[in-house]
Order: sequence, then structure tokens, then C-alpha cells
Amino acid sequence: MNHLTTNPALHSSVGLHALALLLLLGLLCGPTPPARAADFETWTTSNGLRVLFAPAPTLPMLDIRLVFDAGSARDGDHGGLARMTNLALAFGTSDLDADTVAERFESVGAQFSASAARDMAIVRLRTLTEPDWMEVALATFVSLLADPAFPEDDLARARRQALQALQRDRQEPGAMASREFYRLAYGDHPYAVHPLGTEQSVPTLEGPLVRVFFQRHYTAQNAVLALTGDLSMNAAQALSQRIGAALPQGERPAALPSPEIPSEPIMKHIPFPSEQAHIVMGGPLLRLDDPDRFPLSVANHVFGGGGFTSRLFQDVRTERGLAYSVSSHIQPMAAEGPFLITMQTGVHQAADALTVLRDALAAFISEGVTEEELAASKDNIIGRFPLGLASNSDIAATLGMIGFYDLAPDYLTTYTDHVARVTREDAGDALARRLAMDRMVTVVVGGPAGILDALQDEHPDDRSGTPFVER
Amino acid sequence: MLKFKTLILICWFLLLSSPVLADVVEHRLENGLTVLVLPDPRAPVVTNQIWYDVGSRHEHSGITGISHMLEHMMFRGSEAYPPGEFTRIIARLGGNQNAFTGQDFTAYYQVLGSAHWETAMAMEAERMRALRLTEEQFQPERDVVVEERRLTRDDRPTALLHEQFMAAAFLNSPYGHGVIGWMTDIENYALEDVQAWYDAWYAPNNAVIVVAGDVDPTEVIAAAQRHYGPIPARPLPEVKPRTEVPQRGERRVVLRVPAELPHLVMGWKTPSLATLREDAGDLSDAYALMVAAGVLASGQASRLDRELVRGQELALSASAGYSGFSRLQTLFTLSATPSSETKLENLEQALLDMVHRLCDEPVTEEELRRVQAQVIASEVFRRDSLNAQGFELGMLETIGLGWRVGEEYAKRVRAVTAEDVQRVALTYLIPDTRTVAILDPLPMSETNGSASPNRQGSQHEPSDH
Repeated sequence: MNHLTTNPALHSSVGLHALALLLLLGLLCGPTPPARAADFETWTTSNGLRVLFAPAPTLPMLDIRLVFDAGSARDGDHGGLARMTNLALAFGTSDLDADTVAERFESVGAQFSASAARDMAIVRLRTLTEPDWMEVALATFVSLLADPAFPEDDLARARRQALQALQRDRQEPGAMASREFYRLAYGDHPYAVHPLGTEQSVPTLEGPLVRVFFQRHYTAQNAVLALTGDLSMNAAQALSQRIGAALPQGERPAALPSPEIPSEPIMKHIPFPSEQAHIVMGGPLLRLDDPDRFPLSVANHVFGGGGFTSRLFQDVRTERGLAYSVSSHIQPMAAEGPFLITMQTGVHQAADALTVLRDALAAFISEGVTEEELAASKDNIIGRFPLGLASNSDIAATLGMIGFYDLAPDYLTTYTDHVARVTREDAGDALARRLAMDRMVTVVVGGPAGILDALQDEHPDDRSGTPFVER
Repeated sequence: MLKFKTLILICWFLLLSSPVLADVVEHRLENGLTVLVLPDPRAPVVTNQIWYDVGSRHEHSGITGISHMLEHMMFRGSEAYPPGEFTRIIARLGGNQNAFTGQDFTAYYQVLGSAHWETAMAMEAERMRALRLTEEQFQPERDVVVEERRLTRDDRPTALLHEQFMAAAFLNSPYGHGVIGWMTDIENYALEDVQAWYDAWYAPNNAVIVVAGDVDPTEVIAAAQRHYGPIPARPLPEVKPRTEVPQRGERRVVLRVPAELPHLVMGWKTPSLATLREDAGDLSDAYALMVAAGVLASGQASRLDRELVRGQELALSASAGYSGFSRLQTLFTLSATPSSETKLENLEQALLDMVHRLCDEPVTEEELRRVQAQVIASEVFRRDSLNAQGFELGMLETIGLGWRVGEEYAKRVRAVTAEDVQRVALTYLIPDTRTVAILDPLPMSETNGSASPNRQGSQHEPSDH
């Protein structure tokens, strides 16, 4: 039910790359699939870099994923610093300028990319394993880590571009809703600020700040290396040693604090010249090591995480035709990651749609899930488990996650057991303890002022007993 | 020396790739259904796909987007499976599924464990034959598509611009309207329109199935015979040519909607692989256009990124594209968002200068080598994804090129010379076939709180609940 336009302007240049777009759009529909039990080796290099390696000899290619605890949660007072540092790795070394770096990777068909979200800063390389080509790619990759130059003129350009990206976000009601949700739901917590930073913080992100951030966070102790591809064990060890040696030993930063859960419901409407109102509802919920993780995740699959079969999809889309896209999501993170419901609907029916959402959520929290729903969800999660490790990209991403969050070494082999053990009582109990209607943060962006007035006037919070307040 | 190295790599690449590609098994049932099987035992996973040769290019004025609407209705129940049942069964089996509609095709797929592919195939065969369309299921789904259009077009200034750009570039070709259709058409679909579309196009002789993954081709073909074999072939509607009226002069369109950033798209009429083949033209033109787009915009070392985004910093982002894998005459496009200091007319001139340079001087050996290296690598990288491989086979077969064109792709791109690139630039990237679309932002604040003036549809909704 995904819709694909084959607008040529959206196609990338090299012909069949159009298929990559097709694939991407095709896969965007569902939730992220969990991983299959893969055989991987793990070790630590001499200066403390943790490595996870899964051999995949079928295709002559290698995926490298180096993950640092250097996401925007480490920005401190300088919103956008983590992302800027990560981005600026590609600006070159004392010997190589940005053009030369790009030329080196691309002349051997290698793909280098870097990205930073709230928890992770990720540096990726995908290369063929043909020795001459791989060596050019690896040498360039290692030099960027060992000797980044962070040239001031490139940084200045990146700051101007970051400011424009912030400006572009202001024409996207969905982006505005998400940003405002994190701000209200996380308060003083580092997750509150968008990884891009703000109009005030971005202009301050100059060379010295970036250099200090890099030195402090891009260290062997603060990183995890995932390797997947056509590499022998010996070659993988040598490669990990080489990458580790490019980094100072360093140390891990302190664990993130827990966010304060809002003590009262918060609702905010931001008028916007759009056809649709974008709704985001939820709050901080879950750490990856939380004992309630499996009951809550399985329950959420029933509610809004399970795609076409989920309750929200049925109630909002299939029965009422109120939205094209509606889902709920639990994003376990290093600190309590969010429970999030997102949907978009025509502004004239935003109040109705929000009522449907609230009713569905209230029923979910108070009644839990049925035996039948739970069984269907468990079947789906367990059955699709092998699908999640069917490609090298999936494997590399999963190993990176296991390493970064320091999950148990048997995480992949025990995952389905954890899912299978969840009972209806576990799920209901976890929901009752962990979610409450009167602590939900709701942000609506779109349409003229006043479209939700009726909803607020009629005291919709019989569900929670506490009236929503406007902040 | 570098050239020699490249040569070795190319030999290595050919050795590597040929056994894998030879594995595709092709079979045609008596009712005309094409079956393609790609065995890939790397993981116990299979993708089951069906491609129908019907998309927005088959549609006429008044029912634009109907192929996409029908795609939605295919999830609303058939004779043997009440609404939602198909989806529930796939979910219980641990599968994923979805569908997409393009200009030239509509496709459905399931990805699931290798024990279950035949269940998915049986259900696809059932809904090819026995879809049940009811008013009760149709009304809310049409509302969903209305919301989909709002989400993906009406509230996205650059998406709206692309839509207007295509409408300006194509007067007569069905590529002039978007896959999702105009809002007024969506709001006025009737159930009979969808039924007629299904009856006309969803026949085995208008479909290709692809099964890729941990399967035995003999078993797949036998199963296809069991499930699809009994469905009779049907005569398909005649598609009138609607060949695009020759363009004799530049066209410009301006879109004024609330937005933060201006944007620019320009495009030139170009042949596709399919139209070149039909006209007995030189297929290498299409591959040379792909390389031209690659020299301009494939990767950060390409000209647009290096010179316009980084060097002169005229653009926040810039891209080039050429959709050679389409059924009808297509476009070679450039698009860009200006950096904050840049006037749109200066950016337009800079993009034009890039095109003039392609015409005036041959691309360098270094640039050719880089694009070719990217092609060689991408041929390996894309095999990482089962679905992507299946999509390629299905798409090539459905648009009439045949799946073997995928095998030639890398070889044909590698054969492109600097002279070829210059020749196609001089031939096709000419002022008279150019269309330019400009997004001229209205201030967001002045219109704050009212519905945007670019709205395509009426203020009335098709139904309420």
C-alpha cells in the first residue's frame, strides 16, 4: 500500500540505482525487523576497541560500522555539536581535502557515510574486498579517524547548511511536531534537543569545540566496531587492530541520567498552513536493559507497532479512513527512549482523529491485549526473526546495536525465547505500571488555531481523570 | 597503470558475476503468465512478487491515480479471504508485505521464511482472480488515499513542484500526471471505476511473478502452474499511443506556496531504453545519459557536489537524474536548492553552465573511471538485498525490456566513452526541449493558520464517518 512515484527527478543517476529507491520505499512501510541468530565472533583490540565480526563470504564485499557513544545526548551546552563533528570527518585530514577524500572512496566504488542521532554517532564504510580497491578505501577511512583536520572553511559551510536544514524543517509540519514533542516530553534531559541543534547553538560550533569533542569522544574505549563481509578471521583481527590503533584509548563518558516523566498531561497545538494536522503523542518510556522491555514491545506490536494488523491501523485507517499512516513505536535507548504514536490527518477531522487515538490508547493501557492478539503478535515477531539478518547490511546494523548497548552475548539466540515467554498478564501489568493517560504529551502541528478547542472544552480526560492543560 | 588495474578488475568482476546471473530461471505458463525464479540460498528467506503491467501511464484524464487506488483495494478482501484475512495470515507466518504503484507498473510482494512462500503465492493467485470490491470497503480506503495525497504531495512544497514540473513538461504523454493522481479525481472515483480497472488489467497474461530466495525453481514453476495456471488469459485493452507532442521551445512554471526554501527543477526530453529499442535507435544513448548524470551527481566527488555545493557554495543540495528504465519518453533532470546567499537565477545559470560544459568538452578519464567503479561496486552491493534483486527482474520484465537487460547493464555502462557523453549532451540537452519549474516561497507566517492556497481538491470531503 506504499505508493511509489517514479518521478525521474527523484532517481539517482546511475540507472539501476532507481531500484535502490524502489527498495527503500518498499521497505519503509513496516517496523524494523528484529535480528536472526547469527554466528559472530567478538574480541577487544589491544587499546580497548570492542569488535563484533560476522563472516559473510558469499559476496566480495565488506561492511564496516564504527559506533561511538557520541550522539547529540553528549552535546552538552552546544546543540548540534555531535552531529557537526561526525559530519566533519569527511572534510579531510592534514593531507587530504574533502574533494580528495570523496574522490578516493568513489574511485574504488566505496561508500563512506557518517550520521549522528541522540545516542549513537556512526561512521560507515562499504567496500568491495578486491585487495587494491579495498586498501584505498580502508587507508582513507583510517586516516579520517586518525587525523581529521576540521578545516575552518568547510566547518563554516557546514554551519550555514545546518542553519538552512533547520529552516527547511520549519516547512515540514511532521518535523516540527517531532521536535516539539521531544522538547516537551524530555524537559531538561539531553534527549530534549534535536540532533541538528538550534538557530542559537549552530553558529557557535567552531573548530576548537569540534576538535575537543572529537578528542574526547572518538576513542577506542568509547566505540564499538561491527564487521560483516568476506574476510577471514585473521584479516578481521588485523583490520580491527588497524582501526583501533587510529584512535586514542580514551575513556567512556558517564551513563546518561534518566529523564523525568511529565507529571501531568501536556497538549500543544501549533497552527500551520498545511492540509493535514500532524499528531505526535507519547512520552519517555524504556531503556534497552529494562526488564519490562519484552512485555511492552510485544504489547506495542498489537497496539500500533505491527503494521497492517495493528489495532491503530485497523481503527484509524481501515475502518475510518482517517489517515494514510498511523503507528506506535517504542524506541528503547541508552536512557529512557520514547513511546510514540504518530499520525497525520486532514485538519478538519483532527479533533475526531485525536479522540479515536486517545480512546484506543486508554483502552490499551487499561485493558491490555487479548490472548488472541498476543499470540498473533508473537507469531509474527518470532516468524520474521530470520528476515532481519538476511543481508549483510542488516547483520552489521544488528551487531553494532548489540555492541553499543552492551547486550548479552547470547542476545540473538535468546531473543525469540524472551518474546515467546511474554504472557497476557505480563503485558497488562507492564502497561498498567509504565503508561498513564494523564502523563501523555500530545503535539499537533497543522491547520488554523482553534481546531482542537472543542476537544479541550469537553474535558476529554475522563479517560485519565485529569484535564489536559495547554502549555 | 591505473587503466591496467581497472581492466583487471573488470575481468575479475565478470568472473565473479556470471555464475550468479545465469541462475535466473524463466518460464511462461500457457495463459501468458511469466515466471522468473532466482535461487539464492544465503538465508532461509524468500520474496514472492507479482508485477502487473499497469500503472499511471495507462490512465486518462478524470481517473488519474486509479491504478494506485486499485492497489489499495487489493488488500480489502477476495472471495476466499474476507477483508484483512490475507494480511493476518502473512503476519502469522512471520512475513512482511506491501505493494507499490509506479508510472509503468503495480507490484505486490511478501517477504517470508522459505517454508511459506507457496501460501503467499496461492493468495496472490486468488486475488488476481477473485477480488471482492464493495462500497463498504471502498469508501474508507478512498479517504485513506485522500490523506496519502495530502501527506505526500499537498503539504510538501518540493513534491508539489515536481508534480507541476511533470505536468508542464508533458502535454500529451500520461507521464504528465502523477502516480497518485489529482485530488479531484481521487475524490470522485466510483467503485465501478476500480472494478473496471481490475477487470481490464489484472489478468495472468498481463503479469510477471518473481520468486527469489531459498527455493527450488522446479518447485516454484510447478506451484505457479497449480495456482495461476487455471486462471484464463483475457484480451487486454488497446493502449492508444498518446505520443508526446514534440516540444518546440522552453517551458517555465512557477509555484507559489508557503515554504521556507526556494527550489528549482529543470529537465530535458530524452529517450528511454524502451523507446530507443522501439525506434530501432542506438541503446548506447541511454547508457551515455546515465553516465552523464553520474558525472554530474553520483557521489560527493561528482561535479554538482564538488563545485556547486562545496566549491562555490551556490547550492544547499543538487542532484541529477535520468530515468532510462521507463516505458515512454522520459526526462534528464537537474534539481537544486540554493544556499542562503544565492539568487535562484544565478543557481539556474550555474546548472546550465554545467550542461554547457558537458556539451563543450569531453568528460575526463578520471570521471569516467569513477562512475564505472561505482557501477561495478553497486552491482555487487545490490546483491546483498533479495528484494532489490527481485524488484529489478520484475521491473525490467514488466516494462518490456526483459530481465536480461539487467545482465548487460554494467557492461554497457563500461562501454560508454567520453565522446558518447558529449554526443548525447549535444543531442538531447538543448534549449527547445527544456522545462523549468521554480518554487517561489510565500512567507509561512502570513498564511499561518489557513489552508494553503495550492490545494488541489475542493473543501468538501468525499464522505464522513
